[in-house]
Amino acid sequence: MIDIKTAFEKQKQKAVVAFITAGDPTLQDTERYIELLQESGVDAIEIGIPFSDPIAESHFIQEADLRALQNGVCPDDIFNLLEKIDKKVPFIFMTYANPVFFYGYERFFSRCQQAGVAGIIIPDIPFEENAEVKEIAKKYGVAVLDMVAPVSEKRIQKVCQQAEGFVYLLSDMGTFNIGLESAVKNAKQVTATPICKEFDSTVEDAVKIAQYTDGVIIGSAIVKIIAQHGANADAELKKYLNSVVKAVHSVK
Amino acid sequence: MSKGRFGKFGGQYVPEALMYALEELEAAYNRFKDDEAFRKEFQTLLNEYAGRPSRLYYAEKLSKAVGGAKIYLKREDLNHTGSHKINNALGQALLAKKMGKTRLIAETGAGQHGVATATAAALLGMDCEVFMGEEDTKRQALNVYRMKLLGAKVHTVMSGTKTLKDAVNECMGEWVTRGEDTHYCLGSAVGPHPFPVIVRDFQACISKEARAQILEKEGKLPKAVVACVGGGSNSIGTFYHFIEDKDVRLIGCEAAGRGVDTFETAATIATGKTGIFHGMKSLFCQDDHGQIAPVYSISAGLDYPGIGPEHAWLYDSGRAQYVPVTDDEAVEAFEYVSREEGIIPAIESSHALSYAVKVAKEYSPEDCIIVCVSGRGDKDVAAIARYRGEELYD
Repeated sequence: MIDIKTAFEKQKQKAVVAFITAGDPTLQDTERYIELLQESGVDAIEIGIPFSDPIAESHFIQEADLRALQNGVCPDDIFNLLEKIDKKVPFIFMTYANPVFFYGYERFFSRCQQAGVAGIIIPDIPFEENAEVKEIAKKYGVAVLDMVAPVSEKRIQKVCQQAEGFVYLLSDMGTFNIGLESAVKNAKQVTATPICKEFDSTVEDAVKIAQYTDGVIIGSAIVKIIAQHGANADAELKKYLNSVVKAVHSVK
Repeated sequence: MSKGRFGKFGGQYVPEALMYALEELEAAYNRFKDDEAFRKEFQTLLNEYAGRPSRLYYAEKLSKAVGGAKIYLKREDLNHTGSHKINNALGQALLAKKMGKTRLIAETGAGQHGVATATAAALLGMDCEVFMGEEDTKRQALNVYRMKLLGAKVHTVMSGTKTLKDAVNECMGEWVTRGEDTHYCLGSAVGPHPFPVIVRDFQACISKEARAQILEKEGKLPKAVVACVGGGSNSIGTFYHFIEDKDVRLIGCEAAGRGVDTFETAATIATGKTGIFHGMKSLFCQDDHGQIAPVYSISAGLDYPGIGPEHAWLYDSGRAQYVPVTDDEAVEAFEYVSREEGIIPAIESSHALSYAVKVAKEYSPEDCIIVCVSGRGDKDVAAIARYRGEELYD
């Protein structure tokens, strides 16, 4: 298992975390795309375990989940795939509470350990509810990452106090916003855990975010390219990843 | 253990982006629920506008035809807008207004909660947008137009199974992006804390009245209280003040659709397992990998893959009993009660009436039972005609 820390230890370089939905369009394609992500120089890979109702996701990721589920992808297939991949960067899961709860916390996190998955993000298990997964995940060396929204200083500090892995800062929402700079500042006051923020697609957005954070998360851009090119997305993915990685890694 | 628990069920399993809105709502609810002026204003709306208290009607002809316990009907169908949904919609709209919100959003299945919310919004001068699955807009076209008449905007939900579950997903997404001026008026006793508590409290007037009414009419408590259960708002309202009366059986009737041994069912207690979804730990219909299962019922209002956490707890603790009722049985009850008593019940309520007839037969005419007629059946007439093979459209 490669520790999440290693993504943030490269000569103070800003990290690029890349998200991909497992099984979209098929698991064979996912295997090849994961190789491609590793070769492109991203610093951590987030694997989405598809869920029928991913309520916190954009329509692009919701559709990717449905495509994967229509192919019958299940957690066991994803664990089996990850077990055989030679990992060069930390791997993290992103999924919803129910598939994990249904699999059984103990069994799920023990398989994470076997498969070399160092962390998990579960959007519908907020800070208040995460004790039930955190204790068990810890036994197997799996970090449970927290998400924070840039809406309330008090809330950011409450959540970040016990953060592990990295803090996943959500995009701005509606009108309740304190802004990226002050959200990061607030978090840094209470934790030494790196802060990463998702961005939509353009390299300019990524660079702007990287100036304030420890890393950027490619939220839906990879999923969009795969939605468009399906099993033949290799060339487009390489082109896109090269531009993001190069630009973000040169931010000081 | 976090807030809002009923045994191991409940909680607040929502994306971080919603926590701020939930904290704000909980603080406001705690402030207003015991506030004398708020309670008085709410009670006045219920009495003067919605027509409460609703009747507890002794269905003598029906009871004698069945030949068992006296069957009392709690007539929520006689409320303004034609169902129990108005109780909660008025309560939440008033609360939202006190919080300074100017816009209500709501999910709806059969359209009854959508209509109730649109009505409350019109009365209190608020904007209203209702999310309704595409399937349901077809099944309940009349209610879609009714909401538009009341000044609401209706969004057709095209994602997932295009029913109630997906409408809830859309509302949660919408609330995340616009929490400042918007209150999410959730219609069932489901979702993250504090919703199951708020909805139950606003619906508890049903059992509060029914308990007093039956004591006045019969001088004793009923043998059983029966209500239909989708998410479970009318049933939790009907059960609530009887929970401590240990000798009163509480019976929830779930929509079995084409049968609990088929995939076309929405009977969560009969076929579901514990899970985490829509903000709560509760029981859900799901597949072998924890994916939420598509559910089916003739009734759009009961077509939901989960059940409120308080019901899950009442079931788990053995205090309440839950039974599946099929489409066929519900349609038969719909027709039987219409013919026998001159009351056309909602297809949702017909699930409760179907089983209540069986329960009544277990007792003698000295005993009584209460059934909640959660809504009136006018909205279902065309669908039932089609079910019986007649070409009738709204």
